[in-house]
Amino acid sequence: MKLEAVIGLEVHVQLATRTKIFTSASAAFGGAPNSHTDPYTLALPGTLPVLNRAAVDAAMRLGLAVDCEIASCRFARKHYFYPDSPKGYQLSQYEEPLCKGGVVPFLLDGEVRSVRLTRIHMEEDAGKSMHLAGSPVSLVDYNRCGVPLCEIVSEPELRSAAEAGAYLRAIRQLVRWLGISDGNMEEGSLRCDANVSVRPVGESKLGTKAELKNMNSFKHVEAAIEYEIARQSDLVARGERVVQETRLWNADKGTSHAMRSKEQAHDYRYFPEPDLPPLTVDPAAVERLRAQLPELPLARWRRFQSLGLSAYDAGVLTADRNIADYFDGVVRVGVSPKLAANWISTEVLSRDGWRVEAAALGELIALIENQTISGKIAKDVFDKMWATGKGARAIVEGEGLTQVTDAGVLEPACRAAVEANPKQVAQYKGGNEKMIGFFVGQVMKATQGKANPAMVNELLKKLLA
Amino acid sequence: MSKITSDEVRQTATLARLELSDGEVHRLTRELDAILGYMESLASLDVSGVEPTTHAVPLDMPLRDDVLEALEPHLPVDLALLDAPKRHDAFFEVPKIIEVTE
Repeated sequence: MKLEAVIGLEVHVQLATRTKIFTSASAAFGGAPNSHTDPYTLALPGTLPVLNRAAVDAAMRLGLAVDCEIASCRFARKHYFYPDSPKGYQLSQYEEPLCKGGVVPFLLDGEVRSVRLTRIHMEEDAGKSMHLAGSPVSLVDYNRCGVPLCEIVSEPELRSAAEAGAYLRAIRQLVRWLGISDGNMEEGSLRCDANVSVRPVGESKLGTKAELKNMNSFKHVEAAIEYEIARQSDLVARGERVVQETRLWNADKGTSHAMRSKEQAHDYRYFPEPDLPPLTVDPAAVERLRAQLPELPLARWRRFQSLGLSAYDAGVLTADRNIADYFDGVVRVGVSPKLAANWISTEVLSRDGWRVEAAALGELIALIENQTISGKIAKDVFDKMWATGKGARAIVEGEGLTQVTDAGVLEPACRAAVEANPKQVAQYKGGNEKMIGFFVGQVMKATQGKANPAMVNELLKKLLA
Repeated sequence: MSKITSDEVRQTATLARLELSDGEVHRLTRELDAILGYMESLASLDVSGVEPTTHAVPLDMPLRDDVLEALEPHLPVDLALLDAPKRHDAFFEVPKIIEVTE
């Protein structure tokens, strides 16, 4: 019996606001333990929530970027008792989320795929508990408690660990692109739970699912899903049943284990938050936000290809919005997109920072294109631009690096190279055509790299004919 | 017919971490039953022409600007921990809370 995997992801994204979602304590990552708390964060009696406008805007922008319907919504209390939640409930959204539906496109092996979303809702993060090995106590830090989150719930439409990983990377790319989160999985600003089940190919009913948790890198997410698909397939092959449970990934062992099932059947007793009125969404404000969305990663990936870039290069340049903006800035100067892409991926992305501005790199590439300098000299010029902050033209003129294209100068240099190396001439004439490179090298050395290589090549061929 | 059983009351109490004596369970079952009875009389009204209300107060959600208050936005750590049953350095200390089976 051939089985297929059915995977849905619940992704939590921490929104990069200055303050918490319902109170104006700092939402910054880290900080000394319990230094970002206030009476509301600690659920002291008499405190009330006041919603952060920036968190709502960020959530709406995310929803608009993935084609959700932005709806008037309500907050609801989700009840559970755990020391990381001082109120005894988490303020979340239940029946009426801010964003409904939606589609997230993602790239896998250069191919565009997509997964539909069920919803995106807003909620508050919990505090952070630490469990010391061998100790009978846990320690709690409430700095993270109340940091705004968006939970992005996908439909169970992913079919492999690779698809799940690619979808999750697309989410990270998008939230960074929109500037609403740093999407850092190691620091927990992007977190992912996966619902995984298997079923016979062709079956439309869903199998019993396991919920996977505790995966804090893209690699772990993929490995945990891979492991779970194999584990469930094995059970089915042996005629056993998959049990609905939550499983924790153990990255060191490369296996997962079931959480104790005492509270498996969650009964969160959701009810509408009485301390907050409904959030009415103004359609005009939504349209304003939609109009302000930047060109999104996929659209940009396609546009870059229409400029003549390969899908791969377009992917490299759209991995991050800063890179894409930089590329657009270089091309705006009027230089070849292909050349710009090569320079960015080999020279700029291999260094830290953006010390040479896009327009400055454009000026340098233009000097290559109009044959003022060779590509080889251009690399030295770029090093100097990086080190000194000077412009390309200033460096080329200041150091006399202008390419020599005058045949009256190049011809004698070529002739000298030929006359000084009779042995190599004989080899060339004997059929070793690769020897031409040797002569070009000699001429380049004699001209400090300033000779135009194409012209030198041509002149040498004539002299050696 | 009663609207709620004493078992449902016990279950709800467990979820809410309330410890109830048998006497309290019986009293609450009777009281909740009466409350649910009132609900039923509401359900018998014809509200087909009435716009649904999501909240009792006709208010728009007040929104707050995302600014850290300049003056003491945070509780000093010692004050924050003042009511903690136990503290460990700057942390709240609680009984171990992760449960897993290997």
